[in-house]
Amino acid sequence: MRDLTREILELIRRTSSDLPADVEERLRAAIEKETPGSAARGALETILKNVELSRQNSSPICQDTGTPIFYVRHPEGWSTRKLREQIRTALAEATARSYMRPNAVDAVYDKNSGNNLGGDDFPYIHFEEVEGDELTIELMLKGGGCENVGAQYSLPDNRLGAGRDLSGVRKAVLDAVHKAQGQGCAPGILGVAIGGDRGSGYLKSKEVLFEKIGERNPDPKLAELEEQLTQEANRLGIGPMGFGGGTTVIDTKITGLSRLPASYFVTVSYMCWAYRRRKMIVKGEQVLYD
Amino acid sequence: MREVTIPISDEVIRSLKVGEPVNLSGVMITARDAAHKWMIETFIKKTRAPQGDDLQVYEALRPLLNGGVIYHCGPVVSGLDTKQYKFVAAGPTTSIREEPYQADVMKHFNAKGVIGKGGMGAKTLQGCQEVPFVYFHAIGGAATYIAQSVETVLGVYKYEFGVPEAIWVIRVRDFPVVVTMDAHGQSLHEVVEKDSGKVLADLLAK
Repeated sequence: MRDLTREILELIRRTSSDLPADVEERLRAAIEKETPGSAARGALETILKNVELSRQNSSPICQDTGTPIFYVRHPEGWSTRKLREQIRTALAEATARSYMRPNAVDAVYDKNSGNNLGGDDFPYIHFEEVEGDELTIELMLKGGGCENVGAQYSLPDNRLGAGRDLSGVRKAVLDAVHKAQGQGCAPGILGVAIGGDRGSGYLKSKEVLFEKIGERNPDPKLAELEEQLTQEANRLGIGPMGFGGGTTVIDTKITGLSRLPASYFVTVSYMCWAYRRRKMIVKGEQVLYD
Repeated sequence: MREVTIPISDEVIRSLKVGEPVNLSGVMITARDAAHKWMIETFIKKTRAPQGDDLQVYEALRPLLNGGVIYHCGPVVSGLDTKQYKFVAAGPTTSIREEPYQADVMKHFNAKGVIGKGGMGAKTLQGCQEVPFVYFHAIGGAATYIAQSVETVLGVYKYEFGVPEAIWVIRVRDFPVVVTMDAHGQSLHEVVEKDSGKVLADLLAK
């Protein structure tokens, strides 16, 4: 089996230092909505300068290089044990090269491992066997500021007047955006899972964030709710960094899951503007990056 | 653009108003969760006896913080092996986690500014008026850009807290921030939260 350590190191470098084009485009568009001279506009201008500079210098866009979340989809015959080792080796090397901050802290003994490796679940790696002959590795870096403002609601919620339907989902999500204020580094992207259990809800609310900005859910009901939530979240006026302004959320992604008859969870994962996700594709001898 | 040099006088602090963009220059320290907890437990509430180099670090921090600035930041630092430290990425972290500690720390050390993101709560705002000090908001995520304003890393204390949590002493030049909580009881965060709360109430009623 091919050793992909070097290629994965390059994936990590790109993810940490090079913001995807679809995210950058939305941030540029958001500038026009803010008043010249306002703190909100100043924040967006600084953000975009930072994006360019990080790309030039191969330095982290944000010092919180987050939880590394890998999704590996491999054809038959690849060893997931070896791939896991390669990912871990690449991540430790990326940390030594300052592409990543040492971010794995043992919660019981309060000790930072220094190399971003912390037990079986840090980094988080999801493996899935797929048909065809392409191996893809997707990486998302999700910082702690936005992770901390994620929220899960169990419907019905009397305080919000939210019942067990899409109207209730809407209320829960808007409440989560309001509670987050600027703490999640607005303007953010919302990943929403409807249903599932408490565990799968959070997992899927993150997974749905891998979808490109502006891509709508194929289910027209969910597509409509995605659009509506982005618009209504922006009416809250929280704005970039919570300074007040027109852009609080740049997109919303929703996924629907099965639930138990007794449970109706709405789970919101908030992604900061520094939405770092990249993909590499291995096809035969070729390695391509998005 | 207002230029402010550290150490900062009470007079300058009182002249700063919410919404004002400021460029900060001078020597400041980074401190986040572990450092705040350590300061409170060891030197302010004294629920924990000083150990190891605690007292030496405390004596070193006192003059730095008198009129000084605390930056809520867990940087990416290069040169860890050679101790030729350089800040590679150094944006602010979420400040609200220090809400239980901040006002007491500022008062104890007579510090004049906190830099972070997301703003802080009522206890800190009260402290802003009493000490006085202000809350400077840096742009969250703008880590490479902000790192450029860090001219020199002068040293590091409590390295055992880990790179993000250690207390880094840095000299900055033209560090860009916005005042979002001032010494006159004004908080941009309070205003935005209240206003967005009214809109939320309308949306939930639909």
